[in-house]
Amino acid sequence: MEAKQATAVKYDMEVVRWFTIAAAIYAVVGTLIGVYIASELAWPFLNFDIAEITFGRLRPLHTNAVIFAFGGSVLFATGFYIVQRTGATRLWSNGLAWATFIGWNLIIVSAVITLPLGLSQGKEYAELPWWVDIAIAVVWLMYGFNYIMTIGIRKTSHIYVSNWFTIGMIVMITYLHVVNSLAIPVDWATSYSIFSGVQDAMVQWWWGHNAVGFYLTAGFLGIMYYFVPKQAQRPVFSYRLSVLHFWALTFGYVWLGAHHLQYTALPDWTGSLGAAVSLAMIIPSWGGAMNGMMTLSGAWDKLRTDYVLRFLVVSLAFYAMSTFEGPVMSIKTVNALSHYTDWTVGHVHSGALGWMAMVSFGAMYHMIKKLWGVEKMYSEGLVNVHFWLATIGTVVYVVAMWVSGIMQGLMWRDYDEYGTLTYTFVESVSAMHPYYAMRAIGGAIFNLGAWICLYNVVMTVRTASAARSANAVPSNA
Amino acid sequence: MSDHHDKLYSTKLQDKTERSTLLMFVLAAIAVAIGGIVEIVPLFYLPNTAMCQNDPTCNNTQHKDLQGNVIPMDKIIWNPDTSAHKTLADWQPGDGVRPYTALETAGRAVFIREGCFLCHSQMIRPFRDEKDRYGHYSIAEESMYDHTYQWGSKRTGPDLARVGGKYSDEWHRRHLRYPRDVVSESVMPNYFWLEQKPVNAERTVQTLKVMTMMPFNPVPKNIYTDEYIAGAAAELEGKSDLDALITYLQGLGNHVKFEEGVNYRD
Repeated sequence: MEAKQATAVKYDMEVVRWFTIAAAIYAVVGTLIGVYIASELAWPFLNFDIAEITFGRLRPLHTNAVIFAFGGSVLFATGFYIVQRTGATRLWSNGLAWATFIGWNLIIVSAVITLPLGLSQGKEYAELPWWVDIAIAVVWLMYGFNYIMTIGIRKTSHIYVSNWFTIGMIVMITYLHVVNSLAIPVDWATSYSIFSGVQDAMVQWWWGHNAVGFYLTAGFLGIMYYFVPKQAQRPVFSYRLSVLHFWALTFGYVWLGAHHLQYTALPDWTGSLGAAVSLAMIIPSWGGAMNGMMTLSGAWDKLRTDYVLRFLVVSLAFYAMSTFEGPVMSIKTVNALSHYTDWTVGHVHSGALGWMAMVSFGAMYHMIKKLWGVEKMYSEGLVNVHFWLATIGTVVYVVAMWVSGIMQGLMWRDYDEYGTLTYTFVESVSAMHPYYAMRAIGGAIFNLGAWICLYNVVMTVRTASAARSANAVPSNA
Repeated sequence: MSDHHDKLYSTKLQDKTERSTLLMFVLAAIAVAIGGIVEIVPLFYLPNTAMCQNDPTCNNTQHKDLQGNVIPMDKIIWNPDTSAHKTLADWQPGDGVRPYTALETAGRAVFIREGCFLCHSQMIRPFRDEKDRYGHYSIAEESMYDHTYQWGSKRTGPDLARVGGKYSDEWHRRHLRYPRDVVSESVMPNYFWLEQKPVNAERTVQTLKVMTMMPFNPVPKNIYTDEYIAGAAAELEGKSDLDALITYLQGLGNHVKFEEGVNYRD
């Protein structure tokens, strides 16, 4: 009896459970704020003349909530789950993992307080005040150190592919966050970047695009490489493709930020270089997407009954779509039209909703069943409902932004027969109204799915806990 | 370990890397660093990047007219030593790029605080339609004092890089207070409440000081002189956040007198 217990690895899963539940909550909150600010653009009375809820202050709260609160919780939950299971070891430090949980949530609380109050450093996705930046660095390094040390004490010979991607993310986000946050404080609330103009723009988009490339892509590819094979019960299609995918993405993705700055006052070569590498990135990205998709070879029939697998497969489809769209938008002639328009917003959301959130939900449903030891979710039917709401919501959102973005771009550059601009700027604003309404509806559909997910998660956990206490027997019996 | 683990599925280096946490960490750390270094570091020493500290030529930047004559940099960046106008108060539009006055600095803080950059860019691209709509394309020198650049990435509203002087102060006041009173289709929030907020003078004066301490492109001490900083609080006396914001907007884009036929980006 004792020998048997010694062979089975005990994992530190309580912190994973908490991060998973946090992720389900933040998915609802983050997308709800998104729906609200989308509605503000369609119906500006919703600003209600309250400074704290104006678009300019809530938009950073939306991006921070979905990226850092939802995305972060998913990354920490799946990361701590994967690194233990693929290494057949417990965490290097369970205490440090809990400190990560508490620290990260305190950071989120401080974001919820400071951003509506207007504390902003004026950099997209890096608005939080300087002292929160320091806290982020500390908590991130706590997580990274714990993660890498756990890989170090693994019982398996090789490091699993998911962990390669996570190591890449840990290192790159540390670089990005530290360099982009370099600032001189004026007082507790205000600080200004040590960089200015051209240099600040390049540093900002090196951060901005690689937060997408490493936090939201490499990190979530780690999720993909673990949960797709697990859920499909098939090995990863091609090991060599995953090697190629990892190194090409790790080396190549970091060059892409400059494509956000084409035709700006930045020297021309920088944007062109960014665009050239962006085009090259189609190869590893599609290689990776194919690798995930082909993992289902011989198991495609499972899509009929396995709703979790649906999330994972559709996420890969959106990953492939977004990683094609991105390079296309980085082509200078396309970028001349798409830059400054809603097309960019649509592109971000096809990645964020279609890829990142979908793969997260798939992984969360998979993990929850394992973590609470249940065969099924409280309602498998609701998983399917969530899947369809998420898919339809994303498509409605993205299509609305494609139409509005391209329309904006075309209206701004249109000339009449007398050689004068055909449209005033505000005509383009009013032409956007139906698409902004449509975007809000798409977002609301997606948000409804997130509520259903949260309900299903809570009910599953409650049912599992009730069953556990009903079956409990005194340990000395 | 079984045979399974000894078989080599890729290269020796890859196999070795996969077995070593340290090697994987180090190689990943090198791989992710290269792109950023190649793209960022040259912007600190190449010309046309407006890196002008301690170097009036800005790394030998040469903007030339059609005849190949180089435009002197002090025609583009205001230098009180060579200009006829010696102080911020005397500076005139067209004298060249200058740092912000105290009131503009307060206005810029409002601009950042309210997230204006999320809907308004400050970066005009060299296209015919942008020239017709907004004016001359933006050049690197124009944002050299913009610690935390404000180029933006989205135009839900129009670009503001050259909004200065386009409308009257009174227009801005009405528009900022209730945008839809002036432009009925606007989706901008009302900002009438900025009028009730006095500017934060203490923070603004401290900001001026911080701007002279920046490691890259600090404001020269012969512009933010001790006397100027000492008198800044008086300039801010009795001003609201709305006054400051309007002053900031009215100063955008008129610093440089652009000549026809000069390439300002090469």
